[in-house]
Amino acid sequence: MSKHQIHLDINGRAHDASVEGRLTLCDFLRGDAGYTGVHVGCEHGVCGACTVMLDGLAVRSCLMLAVQADGCSVTTVEGLCSGDGALHPVQQTLREEHGLQCGFCTPGVVMTLAALTQGEQKPSSETLINAMSGHICRCTGYQGIRRAALRLAGEALAPVEDHG
Amino acid sequence: MNQPEARTDRYIGKRQARSEDLRLLTGRGVYTDDVSLPGMLQVAFHRSPVARGLIRSIDTSAARELPGVFAVLTAQDLERYQPNMLSFFLAPPVVPVPLLAVDRVCYVGDPVAMVIAQDRYIAEDAAGLITVEYEEEAPVVTLDDARQGPLVHPGTESNVAAATGADELDPDLEELLNSAPHLEVIEMKHQRISQSPMEPRGVVAAPQGSGEMTVYLSCQGPQLAARWFSQAFDLPQTTFRVISKDVGGSFGLKGQPWREETAVVAAALILGRPLKWIEDRLENLTSANQAREQDMKLRVAFDLEGNLIASHADYGINNGAYPHGADSNIAVMMFLWAAHKLPAFNFSAKGWFSNTVGLGAYRGPWALESLAREVLLDRAARKLKIDPIELRRKTLITRADQPTMTPMGLALEDISPAECLEELLKKVDVAAFRIEQAEARKQGRYLGLGFATYIEPTAGTAGVIVLISESCHIRIEPTGKVSAVVSTHSQGHGTQTTMAQVIAERLGVPFEDVTVYEDDSSRGGYGSGAYGSRQAVAGGGACIRAADLMADKIRAIAAHVFEARPEDVFIRGGKVHILGAREQVYSLRDIADVAYAEPERLPEGMEAGLETQYRYCPPALTLTSAAHACVVEVDVDTGFVRILRWVSSEDVGNMINPAVVEGQVAGGLAQAIGQVLFEEVSYDARGNPTAVTYKDYMLPTIFDVPVFEYLHGASAPSQTEGGFRGVGEGGCIVGPPTLVNAIADALAPFGELKLEFPLTPPRLLELIEGRPMGRRHG
Repeated sequence: MSKHQIHLDINGRAHDASVEGRLTLCDFLRGDAGYTGVHVGCEHGVCGACTVMLDGLAVRSCLMLAVQADGCSVTTVEGLCSGDGALHPVQQTLREEHGLQCGFCTPGVVMTLAALTQGEQKPSSETLINAMSGHICRCTGYQGIRRAALRLAGEALAPVEDHG
Repeated sequence: MNQPEARTDRYIGKRQARSEDLRLLTGRGVYTDDVSLPGMLQVAFHRSPVARGLIRSIDTSAARELPGVFAVLTAQDLERYQPNMLSFFLAPPVVPVPLLAVDRVCYVGDPVAMVIAQDRYIAEDAAGLITVEYEEEAPVVTLDDARQGPLVHPGTESNVAAATGADELDPDLEELLNSAPHLEVIEMKHQRISQSPMEPRGVVAAPQGSGEMTVYLSCQGPQLAARWFSQAFDLPQTTFRVISKDVGGSFGLKGQPWREETAVVAAALILGRPLKWIEDRLENLTSANQAREQDMKLRVAFDLEGNLIASHADYGINNGAYPHGADSNIAVMMFLWAAHKLPAFNFSAKGWFSNTVGLGAYRGPWALESLAREVLLDRAARKLKIDPIELRRKTLITRADQPTMTPMGLALEDISPAECLEELLKKVDVAAFRIEQAEARKQGRYLGLGFATYIEPTAGTAGVIVLISESCHIRIEPTGKVSAVVSTHSQGHGTQTTMAQVIAERLGVPFEDVTVYEDDSSRGGYGSGAYGSRQAVAGGGACIRAADLMADKIRAIAAHVFEARPEDVFIRGGKVHILGAREQVYSLRDIADVAYAEPERLPEGMEAGLETQYRYCPPALTLTSAAHACVVEVDVDTGFVRILRWVSSEDVGNMINPAVVEGQVAGGLAQAIGQVLFEEVSYDARGNPTAVTYKDYMLPTIFDVPVFEYLHGASAPSQTEGGFRGVGEGGCIVGPPTLVNAIADALAPFGELKLEFPLTPPRLLELIEGRPMGRRHG
């Protein structure tokens, strides 16, 4: 199996590696670079758990080879927190809205929402919810993910009533 | 001076943000595939491509020669270990369950050989180089095949894996049914479901020099898994230690280890190396045990006012080749009429072997009872021209009717589906909906409103040896921090948060000061983990009792050391307050310093240290009740169903964390929607699985699941310590009939639905257009 030299930036650090041509980007990020926050749920591009940011765009790292990321800048969920460890606004909103249970799909959800809300973008809630249709969550019924998407789009939520 | 409250730190009932989320949102969770050990090798399985046949030869030579391959093992190589493949209840299997196929393969995906290699890529390459010659035989695929076809396991008497009830019809019951003013009969076929946790199964087995076998496992509870391995392998020299930190969902699938995980442990024992196997999605959809493939004929006799007279159920469930436990699903019969006034009932229930992957548990394994009953009640209501809500009011057991006993001998004390329904009707205006529905129909739009009620057994203990009790061990560390080892386990349940809420409130310490550990079988005592919606009830009760014992101990020490009356000592905000002319305040660390370092200052006879433990046995059964309603629109041109509204009204007892409770309900409802509309594990006539990716096995997306509304107004505390009730499975039980009834209501002008699931657009169009629309598969 032929090896290829790649050079890429992951979460702000330069990486040089020699990889097989067939190595997927998700397996490279997890196994070689040690970013196990990249989760592999289906390996055929449907579930979205492996989503990372590649040059600022949300991509499925199971559908890419590591060699295709040569020269690129990759951000995984581990790279989102600020230096002092404070949660990224997407992470904070998902936490406040109970947008996760088992947490396996969560890194992908976080990366897609982070990619769509970075910089000066002001996505509508429709844009964010449409993007969430590319992520499968088996635990939450998407209730908290939907609320987080609405809040990230700047929409106010009705207050929660407690009857208990 | 103001009397401080005994407990000012209120956490029970709060929407506490989860402690788990900090690691899970930042990619710092540790799932099984995140564990890497020095010298670890990777496993891939070679699996049967035929559903039924004899193995004529296996050639592994090419695989062995591939560089990077460490070993290739077949059944013969594992012969040294013949683990007894116990059920979840630790009962021996009714047919021998081999780790790898011996002479015969029984389903497509049956593991025949395992490759152990330096990485997964090489292991899969090598698995592809193994050549097996099969003598293929005609397979037994469906329930009908099983009833008529050849034996799945030669040497058995029939394909019946398990049976309960009576084969012979009871003449008295038949007379009641046949002479009744109205007899309603339904026949339903329920499709097979893949639990589909987003993290598939996985194991890392690491033999230690000491004789310990450390098993990192994706499971529902490390204590039960360790007990299972220990009893299955029966190796006195080997200690099984199971570590399970983060688990990406389970829903019943990972309730016990099965063939692949056990084969990996056996291979690690043989090879003396750490081995990892991580199931991929193809394997998960074809080789992980599945659930729900059932059929049922339900007959119910009514009088003309809608009162129930008698009922009979004839039920079958596909057990596949190697079920997690041979099962005729008696719980279907126990709960079919448990909440209703029904004088006479009988049934026949059978589990059938087939050449398909084995039966496993799935959230509310007995849920077909609610689907069958609620759909039948609506159908009878339409024919008897009785309002379906009136029919339920007439037949449901209310709080005023209790205590009472069900037809199957279950004692009822505090179920409340009728009261949940009344609470629901305060928010769902049926009369207004009927006007809207009539108006819409004039425009060719078909709206429907469906209701369902149910009761759910939670934290059951009676007679089930693995489920009796849960344990909580609390320590105030010498640092003053609170550690608790609890026999609960989270695959998304958030028990590290909810158990800490309970302990923090009862002990009077800040939530942040309590750390809950539940990830290592060697850390605490036995418990079953997440099973049967039990953790809030059984684990929560254990935490209350252990925390109360700790609070008593701290008060006794403080009173003794600081010369106060115990009743003047209060713990709040993590501080020990002693009332008096001048209030004294000590930290928990001050008390810990005495307890650990100066035991001579403790009250006479008191044990040193600050550790308490309680093993809580909840009542035999804690029942949760609910009534749900949903509104749908069915597009009669396309057959697509759109869910417009869903309201849940539950009696969940006292809630530890309403956000967690609602999360459980919502997750179950989403799975219910998938079950009714999309999901189907399908096979062709040769037993080949035909839904092997998430393009074919369709899980609900955010577009398919509406915003849920929750009503907790009918809730009443249960009889348990803390007054909690379980909520883990309910959405997946009451959800399907609620949605089916709404669809049936929408399409009532076209006739009655054919009860074959899932209700795909082609199936609905058959009813709407009154003609066959072709099969979805093949």
